[in-house]
Amino acid sequence: MSEAPLLRLRDLRVSFPGSAGELHAVGGVDLDLAAGEFLGVVGESGSGKTQLLLAMLGLNGERARVAGSIRFRDQELLGARGTAWQRLRGARIGMIFQDPLSALNPYLTIGMQLTEGVRRHQRLGKRAATHRALALLEAVQLGDGAQRLRQYPHELSGGMRQRIGIAMALICQPDVLLADEPTTALDVTVQAQILALLRELRDSTGVALVLVTHDLGVIAEVADRVCVMYAGRIVEQAPVAELFRASRHPYTEALRHSLLSLKEPLPERLPTIGGHPPDPAALPPGCAFAPRCQYVFTRCRSETPALTPINTGHTRACFHDGPLGRLGTDGN
Amino acid sequence: MNPPLLSVRDLAVRYPVDTAAGRVWLQALGGVSFELAAGECLGLVGESGSGKSTLARALLRLVPASGGSAWFRGADLLKLRGAKLRAIREHLQMVFQDPQSALDPRMTVGQIIGEPLREFRPGLDAHGREQCVLAMMQRVGLLPVHLHRYPHEFSGGQAQRIGIARALILEPVLLLCDEPISALDVSIKSQLSNLLKDLQQQLKLAMLFIAHDLSAVRFSCDRVLVLYLGRVMELASRASLYSAARHPYTQALLQAIPQADPQRPGRLRPALVGEAPSPLAPPSGCVFRNRCPLAIPRCAAEVPELRKVSDNLVACHRAEETGPA
Repeated sequence: MSEAPLLRLRDLRVSFPGSAGELHAVGGVDLDLAAGEFLGVVGESGSGKTQLLLAMLGLNGERARVAGSIRFRDQELLGARGTAWQRLRGARIGMIFQDPLSALNPYLTIGMQLTEGVRRHQRLGKRAATHRALALLEAVQLGDGAQRLRQYPHELSGGMRQRIGIAMALICQPDVLLADEPTTALDVTVQAQILALLRELRDSTGVALVLVTHDLGVIAEVADRVCVMYAGRIVEQAPVAELFRASRHPYTEALRHSLLSLKEPLPERLPTIGGHPPDPAALPPGCAFAPRCQYVFTRCRSETPALTPINTGHTRACFHDGPLGRLGTDGN
Repeated sequence: MNPPLLSVRDLAVRYPVDTAAGRVWLQALGGVSFELAAGECLGLVGESGSGKSTLARALLRLVPASGGSAWFRGADLLKLRGAKLRAIREHLQMVFQDPQSALDPRMTVGQIIGEPLREFRPGLDAHGREQCVLAMMQRVGLLPVHLHRYPHEFSGGQAQRIGIARALILEPVLLLCDEPISALDVSIKSQLSNLLKDLQQQLKLAMLFIAHDLSAVRFSCDRVLVLYLGRVMELASRASLYSAARHPYTQALLQAIPQADPQRPGRLRPALVGEAPSPLAPPSGCVFRNRCPLAIPRCAAEVPELRKVSDNLVACHRAEETGPA
């Protein structure tokens, strides 16, 4: 990356006070996002992927303790005033939500919701805003634009609503688009359409995208670069082709094995990793993946591995140096 | 050949829907037929609105069928009443998608798993029940210390093990699984898939395995039935369905599965445009025709019957031309 990154996260930490002590949702994340890049963030529940995304919008909530640094271009956002966030949110950084129905107001027409942001942030008049909205509906491949603007969310199908959600996130022509599991609630055939659309929009508008998902297959379909998160930290980060060819973290290896190709002969048993993701309120000392890891040794249980470069653009946080490929099939 | 364990013929379900224009009927299932042999696992796959969950609910009599029959152990499941209906539930059990919401939060794990025994094994005393429950818990990978805990103390994967243990405690011959692993984390899904397969083989269970995409059922099922808008599109053995699907919808479903190969040609090429139409206003003829890349005028005029094309049963006028995907 020669240019300065658009977004630059350093030692980002998000935690919440809990009855059993501090709950660490994000435990020290360094991340750069370049202009126009499509970044995929993959993790299971409790991996901190959603809190990471919300931190980039300043939306972790009042109870959250957020520490570290989030720079957008030249501006430090952590500790910035509420008004600074408001100027940025929706205008420079857009967000697409998992469930488009609950992200839309059922009492307002699509037109009112779609144009609200651009009228507020860019002081566009009603006509100009409507004009922009119609162009965007075309960009997200929704036909009958004029009619859509008069409709209410319940009159649209799930896929159409998500297209509206994407149009809404794009209407102020932001530099960054954050998407939290944008296709999880959709049918598989519609998921393929929405993923292709996101990729096309990135190519045509140059917006940088951060897509958070639990599905490594979705990442393989769209992303340029992948971050794998586990228990609030990035455990591996690589260009997408490299990650799928030569991942070097045992957890990434396990995730890859959970995606079975439809072509290969059917295995007798599926490869598994035992146990389950750790409780963010009671993280083990050392590497959080150690209790489930096939390659664990003494050091892993006392010391947390740092994210270290192993190839161009490829980093990982693991002490194991030998080959991978020892995944068992006995998960019970 | 042995008679099938479950024989479903022309099963139809419709729901009344009140609209501004008065009451209309939503045809959720429009005549579905299939057979299931003892010990066999059949996958039921379809997107939202396909009727897959309605089918399971109709078999369990949670929704009334509007037509057809479902023969199971010498009786039509759709016509049983009262004591006979309750009695047959011993042999026919269900595993739900969201394990947490399917478990009573005020009961301990032991009580949840043992509850069916109270109803169906009145001769068993408390000690006998506990022995049965503990044996079943071990089978599904739960520990004896879990006996007196409550559902909220468990992760999603563990909670689903509790749901499976409850469903199996009466040793049913048929298990209906409605998306049993969809809500679970990726690393937990394979554990539960292996468990279900082991149990199916050890207990010689027949299973109906419902899922919304074809990748979820491939590992578990002997045969797969693909539903779209309440109609059967294709029914085939696993090997034939995944290597030589004949229906354009099945082919599209296969293509839509995200693949772990970022450099494969065809990355990001959606196979279908649009979405399934409302089941309140299905297209005439073939219900899939308005999204089908192969549709011809005949498809609008004539409902394609399910017929044998090479090794598969396919409901498509052009199935001879589709060839393996």
